[in-house]
Amino acid sequence: MTDLTNLTVAQIRDGHRAGDFSAVEVAEAFNANVAGAKALNAFIVETPDHAIAAAKAADADRAAGTLKPLSGVPIGMKDLFATNGVQTTAASHMLEGFVPRYESTVSQKLWDAGCGMLGKLNLDQFAMGSSNETSYFGNVISPWKRNDGGNAALAPGGSSGGSSSAIAARLCPAATGTDTGGSIRQPAAFTGISGIKPTYGRCSRWGIVAFASSLDQAGPMARDVKDCAIMLENMAGFDPKDATSLNMSVPNWEAALSSDLKGKKVGIPKEYRLEGIDPEIDAMWDAGIAMLKDAGAKVVEISLPHTKYALPTYYIIAPAEASSNLARYDGVRYGLRDLPEKAGLQDMYAATRADGFGPEVKRRIMIGTYVLSAGFYDAYYTQAQKVRTLIARDFEQAFASCDVILAPTAPSAAFGLGEKMADPLAMYLNDVFAVPASLAGLPAMSVPAALNREGLPLGLQIIGKAFDEQGVLNAGLAIEERAGFTARAEKWW
Amino acid sequence: MSDYRIKGETGEWEVVIGLEVHAQVTSNAKLFSGAATAFGAEPNTQVSLVDAAMPGMLPVPNRECIRQAVRTGMAIEAEINKWSRFDRKNYFYADLPQGYQISQLYHPLVGEGSLMIEEDEKAGIPEPKRIGIERIHVEQDAGKLMHDQHPTMSYVDLNRSGVALMEIVSRPDMRSPAEAGAYVRKLRSILRYVGSCDGNMEEGSMRADVNVSVRKPGDEFGTRTETKNVNSVRFVMAVIEGEAKRQVELIESGGTVVQETRLYDPDRNETRSMRSKEDAHDYRYFPDPDLLPLELDDAFLAECRDSLPELPDAKRARYLGEGISAYNADVLTAEVESALWFDTLLETGAKSVAAANWVTSELFGALNRLGKSFGDCPVTPAQAGELLGLVADGTISGTIAKQVFEKMLESGDGAAAIVDREGLKQTSDTGAIEAEIARVLAANEDKVAQYKGGKEALFGFFVGQTMKAMQGKANPQVVNELLKKALG
Repeated sequence: MTDLTNLTVAQIRDGHRAGDFSAVEVAEAFNANVAGAKALNAFIVETPDHAIAAAKAADADRAAGTLKPLSGVPIGMKDLFATNGVQTTAASHMLEGFVPRYESTVSQKLWDAGCGMLGKLNLDQFAMGSSNETSYFGNVISPWKRNDGGNAALAPGGSSGGSSSAIAARLCPAATGTDTGGSIRQPAAFTGISGIKPTYGRCSRWGIVAFASSLDQAGPMARDVKDCAIMLENMAGFDPKDATSLNMSVPNWEAALSSDLKGKKVGIPKEYRLEGIDPEIDAMWDAGIAMLKDAGAKVVEISLPHTKYALPTYYIIAPAEASSNLARYDGVRYGLRDLPEKAGLQDMYAATRADGFGPEVKRRIMIGTYVLSAGFYDAYYTQAQKVRTLIARDFEQAFASCDVILAPTAPSAAFGLGEKMADPLAMYLNDVFAVPASLAGLPAMSVPAALNREGLPLGLQIIGKAFDEQGVLNAGLAIEERAGFTARAEKWW
Repeated sequence: MSDYRIKGETGEWEVVIGLEVHAQVTSNAKLFSGAATAFGAEPNTQVSLVDAAMPGMLPVPNRECIRQAVRTGMAIEAEINKWSRFDRKNYFYADLPQGYQISQLYHPLVGEGSLMIEEDEKAGIPEPKRIGIERIHVEQDAGKLMHDQHPTMSYVDLNRSGVALMEIVSRPDMRSPAEAGAYVRKLRSILRYVGSCDGNMEEGSMRADVNVSVRKPGDEFGTRTETKNVNSVRFVMAVIEGEAKRQVELIESGGTVVQETRLYDPDRNETRSMRSKEDAHDYRYFPDPDLLPLELDDAFLAECRDSLPELPDAKRARYLGEGISAYNADVLTAEVESALWFDTLLETGAKSVAAANWVTSELFGALNRLGKSFGDCPVTPAQAGELLGLVADGTISGTIAKQVFEKMLESGDGAAAIVDREGLKQTSDTGAIEAEIARVLAANEDKVAQYKGGKEALFGFFVGQTMKAMQGKANPQVVNELLKKALG
């Protein structure tokens, strides 16, 4: 019998529909993989019962002829999405034990589509990090190992590192992620899977623990492009409870998938050719260009002149918003409360927040508070907003001469855990190719393209015009078909 | 020009006053959540997930609150900004669940406007005065701390958290406590006409931050202090008076006024320092990234404008044009309930001047006596119209009308029915009146002689005696004429 956990979302959906296997069999297979992968630390909470209950409902629906779009597909839920009755922590001590009595819009949509939940996936604390090392519940470990004979534990990327690790290790066929400055794309690239951040506003932010409101965007992570399309169709949609939600209908992305890029133009941003970058990254990029040409696309050089300001701009705006968004964690109403003997209100705030937030979260709250302070606001925040507008304009102008943009997802393959924790700036540099699209609110995805000489996956990034997820998915599919990326991590856990 | 001055040792000082009035928007739901807003509900029963700032919750603007603020702006003839934006004001306090208040610092909904305060000689306002209003912005209210529930802990009630407020910021255009009082009363009146705020200061629906500074007339503005959350017109005036005196005494004794926030203690009628500028919060305002800019289209603005009622100034002008006295016009238009009641009375065909006199004297008097208001007025405008109609067509006299009104209040019956039942119809039957006149003159021969001797003031006595003999039912004009004839 085939290992059901090797199937993609589409294969599970279609096989279940065809009666090849029951949804319960699928759920049990994944539950077993989850239970056997504690070493990866991908889950904060496992919810096998939820997965089984949804599977039973899916099997009953099949019998009754009332199948839903994703009936029988169990998924992982990043622990940034509020799930009714299931602990939701944002990987923080602050929210340890917090059980919401409400369900995020995106997760509700997935349950309504027939999905079951295998568990809540680990992440960087409050989604702040690029390696999953800031989680209060311990870092996620990538299933991948370097082929150097060493046994170094590698970062699964961040912040959606639980999602990337779990998918790469076949603990779930797909998972939700969120992307503020690369948090879907970079972990996807690090673990050899696909992930798409849609246009800002496509997926409702309601019920997702906020990091930086103007950048946060949910999206799917899965093993291939088609699965990303299927998942995104069932996550996106207008939500009146989110004032920044896009009031647009959700296209049928899966049905319109096509890797034929005849007549399409692919832009190659010259500013993304970084000096001193790993030559393997550039080589992969060049290979990607060749693949898209092969798919019929024309390749043009474009310029995104403000690219070099994107990272500093992001690291002003995101912390500024975070410093305010995280003010609600004060020990008054829910979550951690640290009330020292004879403490007043201010003492309670100080003790609770000192104890409840990890160092990276504190660092960003401090940066954000600083850049919004009287006397610094104009020099930092106002300036950053102006640059953000210029970066968005760069893209607009570039898209006058191309349909999609191709670039690397990250400047390197997965690094070892602990290698960059001592140097926050080196860690932030990981986001250099990812943040421009976030600042501009554009759809962008990562697809696996190659292995480097250490045997680790590298990802290519496709950035599209606003609302043109289809163009992004299609280019991603063209690469996927040509890259023939079939490598997977050897099971050691 | 106000001639209100503080007399100090070094001469006279002028007071400069600006007010920031916080008015709770009348709406069934909060500014950014669907939670209800009723006053006096059990603690924490009107709190949504958004109001409690649960993780992942998002604000969505309530159209009705925006509409009410726009209508208010139109009522003070202000510029309405078709593009405005919400900002976050960041600070920590236990009654502020989000850790920030959503407000509008940089781009308020309503721009420059003004209102008129009427002349009031007695109060030292010799002529009408226009008071500038700099802006109106909308913002969230905070919750409430309860300190009396536990010996060592404070409790938090979030019912008010997220309720929509309009902050109405005046220019520093007022120069006396009376002007400030008149401004607050006029503003309250306009808000109540518009229906955007119930103006209930006791319940906290309207409260003022009072900015006061003093200067020698003609000098530059002095340093101001701001006294927070003053919740009655009387207290606003008391704060200004006390604070101006305190500042003058401070300056004249060699001190300097520091820019600070003060609190008013009504029991002691004094203000005390809350915090100075140095330890003021840095609120780190920035545009709320959860909300898009607020853009208003022409259709929305047109609907807002079309839904505005006749406002106090226009109503007052109309009343004056109908011959109603300035005093009566002021009294009638001050409160929207009395004005609407009066307008309904006019619609019954009642004559403006007579109706105004009757409402401001008889009806106001009766309501006062009964402890009632126009909200629970014991007579309807239609009933009053019937009564006034009987006076106007000579069926009853003004004197009898007072009796009939009393009986209407007692029985709830209509005026005509009471007049019929009690036989109060006025008579112009000259025969009957002449007979009574003859009796009165015969019984008072000495006074008749005095009258004829030149003491004409006695005419009133004869009128009174005749009316009394006629039990008040004689037509006074007919009595006058017949008496004159009888007395030769």
